Amino acid sequence: MTAIPLSQTSPAPHKVVTQESPQVRRILILLALSFLSLFLLLPLVAVFFEALRKGWEVYFVAITEPDALAAIRLTLIAAAIAIPLNLLFGIAAAWTIAKFEFRGKSILTSLIDLPFSVSPVVAGLIYVLIFGLQGWAGPWLREHDLSVIFAVPGIVLATIFVTVPFIARELIPLMQAQGSEEEEAAIILGASGWQTLWYVTLPNIKWGLLYGTILCNARAMGEFGAVSVVSGHIRGLTNTLSLHVEILYNEYNFVAAFAVASLLALLALVTLALKTLVEAKVAQQASRGNHS
Amino acid sequence: MKFNTGLTAGLLILGLVCTRHALAEQTILNVSYDPTRELYEEYNREFIRHWQEKTGEKITVRQSHGGSGKQARAVIDGIPADVVTLALAHDIDAISKQSGLIPADWQQHLPNNSSPYLSTIVLLVRKDNPKGIRDWDDLIKPGVAVITPNPKTSGGARWNYLAAWGFALKKYEGDEAKAQAFLTRLYRNVPILDSGARGSTINFIQRGIGDVLISWENEAFLALREYGQEKFEIIIPSISILAEPPVTIVDKNADKHGVRNIARAYLEHLYSKAGQEIAVRNFYRPSDPEIARKYAHQFPTVNLFTVNEVAGNWQLAQHIHFSDGGLFDKIYEYQ
Repeated sequence: MTAIPLSQTSPAPHKVVTQESPQVRRILILLALSFLSLFLLLPLVAVFFEALRKGWEVYFVAITEPDALAAIRLTLIAAAIAIPLNLLFGIAAAWTIAKFEFRGKSILTSLIDLPFSVSPVVAGLIYVLIFGLQGWAGPWLREHDLSVIFAVPGIVLATIFVTVPFIARELIPLMQAQGSEEEEAAIILGASGWQTLWYVTLPNIKWGLLYGTILCNARAMGEFGAVSVVSGHIRGLTNTLSLHVEILYNEYNFVAAFAVASLLALLALVTLALKTLVEAKVAQQASRGNHS
Repeated sequence: MKFNTGLTAGLLILGLVCTRHALAEQTILNVSYDPTRELYEEYNREFIRHWQEKTGEKITVRQSHGGSGKQARAVIDGIPADVVTLALAHDIDAISKQSGLIPADWQQHLPNNSSPYLSTIVLLVRKDNPKGIRDWDDLIKPGVAVITPNPKTSGGARWNYLAAWGFALKKYEGDEAKAQAFLTRLYRNVPILDSGARGSTINFIQRGIGDVLISWENEAFLALREYGQEKFEIIIPSISILAEPPVTIVDKNADKHGVRNIARAYLEHLYSKAGQEIAVRNFYRPSDPEIARKYAHQFPTVNLFTVNEVAGNWQLAQHIHFSDGGLFDKIYEYQ
């Protein structure tokens, strides 16, 4: 249905370059679509279906009982700390890598990628080895009555670790493509370092930055593996949303598990919508940049 | 930028303060194993009521659940548990030995070897028992998929293993090589080893994997309650193991948090009539002889042997069967 108006409205209908018969093409499209709906759409629908199986009332009870609220709060706290830190680090790292040449640059780049290549479980275990009671800093922390793992700081650390690359990785190619001419011009015209950052660099990267932040947030709120290792699963204290889903599921509380999971699914949908919006803006900015 | 740094630092401090604040309140943390979730949910309500009646203090009991071995590891690594209620004595021994948070003679501090409730290992099959499973023998038949968790991380799994081991020893009149061959064939029938008992139960019940679940008796009864008798059946094997899940105070943590008296009362109350009735309601066998007589009809009669009879003691069982390079590793290697 949609194919017809599209080809009518396009100003110069381009020739079909593939030689396969329309039937083959249709089958391929059908295959791709059914694959997508089977593996992406169906699970998403299933989450909401299961969550609402016993009606809205049960759903709201599940997401507003104290342990669920504590999990929501902890997830928000972890994200609220991880994202600003990653913003700072991401901008600084991308700026350094994209605008300067220095020794050890490739090492820094690989370090930023490290959380992508390390299994999240290993990331969590690293913190257990450092901050655990048998770890390097463990006895000292216990003496001073401080907790890192099995407490909120451990969750935050694990979240920061797994989300480090998102903003930097988004900004580096963008900043490299933009080059450093504008900054050089600003400095020649007498701008200070901060002025250059605020009035030249940041406005140029704002959409890329937002895009990276959205991805970073999605990962921060959805992270399971690393957080699971350092959490200790103490209900109402160190349970994030993803961990809470697992606990509810293991307690035969399937409707509640899916209700809480639906919050994460909603987050994913919002992320997706924002991402599409921002992507459009980035494309717009890029094409404007090319025209000038 | 400055605002960001300030905000971040503030939130970090807030996070630290929150944790310390929570510990400073009259809260105890019970680190437990997998299938006790429902038991302690009900028992905590009872104990909080009991404590308030007795002292006028309102307290909070927090729970953490997972495979027994994994939970012991968490206590060793510093999870601030005030009491541990685990699946087997060896896991508490491990905490005592590796962290020194619990004295070595912990098992003498509470009655009945520190086990307020008992259990055993049974078999759960799908309705009408399509594979005709009657005893441990049937688990090694080709084409029978057996669900049991990983003995390395799960306490229940170690009881499962030792129950089968005890059966094989009896069947082959103490021939350990033949018993090992029996278990090798049994574990060849295990398609998936979960890290905890509850994970295995969910795999069997919810995901429909396997023909038979080797399970805690209480876990099997709970599955029947949650899912209805029309879907599953409990099979009582000819012999099984007497499981004694122990409880104890994590002395150094409880003292540090200033909650020793609450923690002690919490465990002692498990032995009270009210505590024992709750254990029964959650399908654990009571240790109180009077309560046991009262509810004898609810628990099937099983010929039970103890760990000590089939493996010497838990130390030896752990060393011979479950340590790295131990018998279980050899058995599972053959796969």
